[in-house]
Amino acid sequence: MTGPLAAIFRRDLLLAMRIGGGAMVGVVFFLAVVTIVPFGVGPDMNLLARIGPAILWIGALLATLLGLDRLFQADADDGSLDLMMMAPTPLPLVIATKAAAHWLATGLPLVAAAPVLGLLLNVPPEAMGAVALTLGAGTPALSLIGAVGAALAVSLRRGGLLMAILVLPLTIPVLIFGVAATNAAIVGPLPFGQPFTILVALSLMSLVLAPIAAAAALRFGLE
Amino acid sequence: MMRLTAHALTCQRGGRIVFAGLSFVLEAGEAVQVTGPNGAGKSSLLRLIAGLVRIEEGSLVLEGGDPEANVGEHCHYCGHQDAFKGSLTVAENLAFWTRYLGGGGQGPEVAMERLGIGHLAALPAGYLSAGQRRRLALARLLTVTRPIWLLDEPTAALDLASQKVLAGIMADHVAAGGLILAATHGPLGLPTRELAIGSAA
Repeated sequence: MTGPLAAIFRRDLLLAMRIGGGAMVGVVFFLAVVTIVPFGVGPDMNLLARIGPAILWIGALLATLLGLDRLFQADADDGSLDLMMMAPTPLPLVIATKAAAHWLATGLPLVAAAPVLGLLLNVPPEAMGAVALTLGAGTPALSLIGAVGAALAVSLRRGGLLMAILVLPLTIPVLIFGVAATNAAIVGPLPFGQPFTILVALSLMSLVLAPIAAAAALRFGLE
Repeated sequence: MMRLTAHALTCQRGGRIVFAGLSFVLEAGEAVQVTGPNGAGKSSLLRLIAGLVRIEEGSLVLEGGDPEANVGEHCHYCGHQDAFKGSLTVAENLAFWTRYLGGGGQGPEVAMERLGIGHLAALPAGYLSAGQRRRLALARLLTVTRPIWLLDEPTAALDLASQKVLAGIMADHVAAGGLILAATHGPLGLPTRELAIGSAA
């Protein structure tokens, strides 16, 4: 792999690994969110099994947003963003690459951890595969939609909270169809394929639209 | 022959007019020193040419360049921020930017040796002194070829020996037909034309 996009992909992954175990922070946060739920809801195993997939999805959503505000902020602070915008490589492709690196560093570990954490929520073993599959299909959309929020908040000194407020409503469709697909796999009666294909469609749509929107936001943020 | 022509440029930042009606011509093989008091808009002018600040009024035309690319894509911008990650090593930082910006110049090792930071290659950039970081930023000028160099206070934090090295690098670039626009208060160490911009409002 050579070329500008490969270079930025490798750099972002390297940074995620070097700076305090970037991937692990998300997984530990995910673990914390998922662990406190049984304490809050009480030891009703049936209830936990029913809301388990939703809790896993909400936990994954929050863990993805954690630290996403640094996606462009860190590059803006040290001047890297200036040079990236001056370079001939199209900005939307750079953003898509950065989002891909972000997903690989934070989203994929969540997908891998979800089946294990499902044990805490009494999610039936046969549904673990479905949970992991829907998270795998849906979390790229979260990283990409989050990139738009991160691009909008880049010029603000403490944009993290604003980004969460901007991004959370946009992630509702992903959440709805992610949980719906998981539930369909566990209890039915809807077929699994229907919500799952919509979930995949949401990810593909964000892949096309989010980098363009984020690039426009970054350019607008310039004075 | 490359020529950068600015006609009646107006720059506005934060609702304030920084400068207005600025016209100049920059010819290939020429080094121009932008001078002016603090707040006159020297840095803004460089960022404006780089395409990082919107042109409020006026025009900026580059002749003799790649017609497919905009002016900013012909430029090296060396600003106050050096765009290096403290957790990556000196060599990794330079290799990344060389690959990202397209390279085409000298190898990273050669560039680092010329600027006297070759022995620091394996050190994380976060441990560099201000002058060493600046020299690493200047190494980018050598590893990636760009015809126009926009240098904002290039001699800041550099010791006298490094300033001489920088003057040599700039002289080579100008001799090869490059263009340099440098905002600075001190002398650059090579023959330059002066472009004085407005008094601070």
